[in-house]
Amino acid sequence: MSFVKLTASTLAIAAVSATAAAARDNVQVAGSSTVLPYASIVAEAFGENFDFPTPVVESGGSSAGLKRFCEGVGENTIDVANASRKIKDKEIAACAEAGVTDIIEVRIGYDGIVFASQIDGPAFNAFEPADWYNALAAEKPVDGAMVANTAATWADANAELPAVEIAAFIPGTKHGTREVFEEKVLLQGCEDTGAAAAMTEMGMDEDAVEAACMAVRTDGASVDIDGDYTETLARIDSNTNGVGVFGLAFYENNTDKLKVATMSGVVPSTDSIATGEYPVSRPLYFYVKKAHIGVIPGLKEYAEFFVADEIAGPDGPMAEYGLVSDPELTATQEAVANEETM
Amino acid sequence: MTDATNNTPKSSLLTVSPRVKQRNAAEARFKMYGIAAVMTGLVFLIILLSTILFNGVGAFQQTFIEVPVYLDEAKLDKNGNRDPEDIKKVSTFGYNPLIEQAIYDTISAKMDKNPLAKAKEAKALISASAAAQIRDVVIANPDLIGQTVDFRILAASRVDGYLKDRVTRESIARDKNIDAVHLDIIDALRAKGIVKREFNWSFITGADASESRPEQAGMGVSMLGSLFMMLVVLVLSLPIGVAASIYLEEFAPQNKWTDLIEVNISNLAAVPSIVFGILGLAVFIQFAGLPQSAPLVGGLVLTLMTLPTIIISTRASLKSVPPSIRDAALGLGASKMQSVFHHVLPLAMPGILTGTIIGLAQALGETAPLLLIGMVGYIASNYPTGPIAGFMDPNSAMPAQIYEWAKRADPAYYERAWGGIIILLVFLITMNIIAIILRRRFERRW
Repeated sequence: MSFVKLTASTLAIAAVSATAAAARDNVQVAGSSTVLPYASIVAEAFGENFDFPTPVVESGGSSAGLKRFCEGVGENTIDVANASRKIKDKEIAACAEAGVTDIIEVRIGYDGIVFASQIDGPAFNAFEPADWYNALAAEKPVDGAMVANTAATWADANAELPAVEIAAFIPGTKHGTREVFEEKVLLQGCEDTGAAAAMTEMGMDEDAVEAACMAVRTDGASVDIDGDYTETLARIDSNTNGVGVFGLAFYENNTDKLKVATMSGVVPSTDSIATGEYPVSRPLYFYVKKAHIGVIPGLKEYAEFFVADEIAGPDGPMAEYGLVSDPELTATQEAVANEETM
Repeated sequence: MTDATNNTPKSSLLTVSPRVKQRNAAEARFKMYGIAAVMTGLVFLIILLSTILFNGVGAFQQTFIEVPVYLDEAKLDKNGNRDPEDIKKVSTFGYNPLIEQAIYDTISAKMDKNPLAKAKEAKALISASAAAQIRDVVIANPDLIGQTVDFRILAASRVDGYLKDRVTRESIARDKNIDAVHLDIIDALRAKGIVKREFNWSFITGADASESRPEQAGMGVSMLGSLFMMLVVLVLSLPIGVAASIYLEEFAPQNKWTDLIEVNISNLAAVPSIVFGILGLAVFIQFAGLPQSAPLVGGLVLTLMTLPTIIISTRASLKSVPPSIRDAALGLGASKMQSVFHHVLPLAMPGILTGTIIGLAQALGETAPLLLIGMVGYIASNYPTGPIAGFMDPNSAMPAQIYEWAKRADPAYYERAWGGIIILLVFLITMNIIAIILRRRFERRW
């Protein structure tokens, strides 16, 4: 009998203390794997410099992170979503439906997307957006009809490129990087080659042209990587002819294995991205639930610390890691301090 | 009349007939196949273990720099009153210049000519963790301000890689984080005994670090996460599993319901673990509202996974207790329950414990369900503040931590992932050895 009593009371104490402990005291972050390195650097420094516990940062992709962000308000939902693209109207609507109405958007800086291949591989030294469109488009307009892409080697896409089999490793659709790749490379290439104009002539409306320009072939020449850049790197490592899409910071950590190609004649670097010369870059964001400020200790401090000069400025640790710092950082700092919602 | 049998050769024990020869050859061949199969397995095992050791052993050693740092009062305590609140206002970024200057001065003192133009260039040599390390010491002992104190700080991961031959002069040609000049300095300081490669306890006891400082990352916190998860698994799955098996084995009637349950338990043992992860996400986190990334949730999910293993092994060991024991107990007037708890269960205990330990070892190495309940990322950064926090606060687990490290951009993390595998393997081997010893020591043969 005493054993039963003891067990019951232990369980009761455990249950009570569990509910007490459920009052969360750490900031929880999830989202883009591109932003994860930066978020982890900030979280670590935040834990060292403040009396709050170190925030927890999970990865999983921008879309996955925003989906969790929009699950609702409360301690069981995340406070901050990292994203390597802007939040979509569809997602804002989903958020609003779940009661997440006041969202603070914070731009932390810019990130370059680079095109790199094995260091000992064929000479992929210079790309144009048109090359990628020619190599990867699903269908191309030929004489007034859409024909499946037959390019087998990079030389078929552009005679100046090596005549090796096309093996492109591009980010999967759950990554924010994919969207930037589609818009700034494929769509741009589609327009540069005149394919977009040809499609318009064929009587396709604007949305259909855009969709056709950004459709990637599915015959194996292009492989979607749903994992992280390390997976892309492993694929390139095992395939001499492989060309992969990476973040600038990842490339800079692996310069001994990868060789980077120029895009439209510009070498990717923090400088060329900051000046806007390098064409394939995108802003990185994080989104904060305003309803959680004041409820989760340290949330506002974390957001302010993230964009502080010593962290996000041109000499800060994030820039050191490969982030291109935002020239309008002061405006962002003010917006965060005033908790300006979207 | 001829005897028909005379035409066939007489079988003899002394001469080997072709048929026997054929059969012996077949047997010899089969033995060869068997040995070849065992050898193939062994070769793969050796390749695997040597790769793990070769890649991972480096993680247990780390490069440190011993340097006297002048704790400048003008920078660390402007008011000069040694008030801890004032000292806390100086962030880690305020400490960086002091450390860079200290390294720069050390280089000037130890080398004939200092190849660095500015103190700031020394930054590439040291880990970003140094500032936090010194800041913590200063906050704890404000009286140190104004003095020169000796510190043993971590070298940057690329410097560490240079000492471990991971980073070479060729490979840094296009690396903007470090130059050949820095490697020259390291060579010189190493000769003077200021830069040292030592055993790295903090890899075993430390917390996870951010992407920019692999040199600081350790397994300690995720080990605690695994420990708390295993506690949950043990406390839940052992009593539930044993109670279920005793009922099914000793009390339950044999009918189609118990048959159905039996079949389903066997099926459950074969369900891929990721399925339990999705279940855990849907039931424990989204429905029951338990916190994300908590070892409690991880433990619950792994309990579901371990239960079938424990039930199956417990039933097997209950079955192996001979019926004569039960009959004797019943014959002497014991009730059914007394016969089970006083006689059958104690005799089956070694088998049950072996099954439990093997089930726990399996759960310890499981990663897939943990991905879904949010245990992968930069999570294992805080030591739990107490037993309850250990169960409820976000934490990672050893296999999830290894997975996370293997994903990170800096190649130094790759080495740490291998090192983590060594630690995990040591745990698994220890648990399996305990299981074997238990079985050998206490198992009764009838």
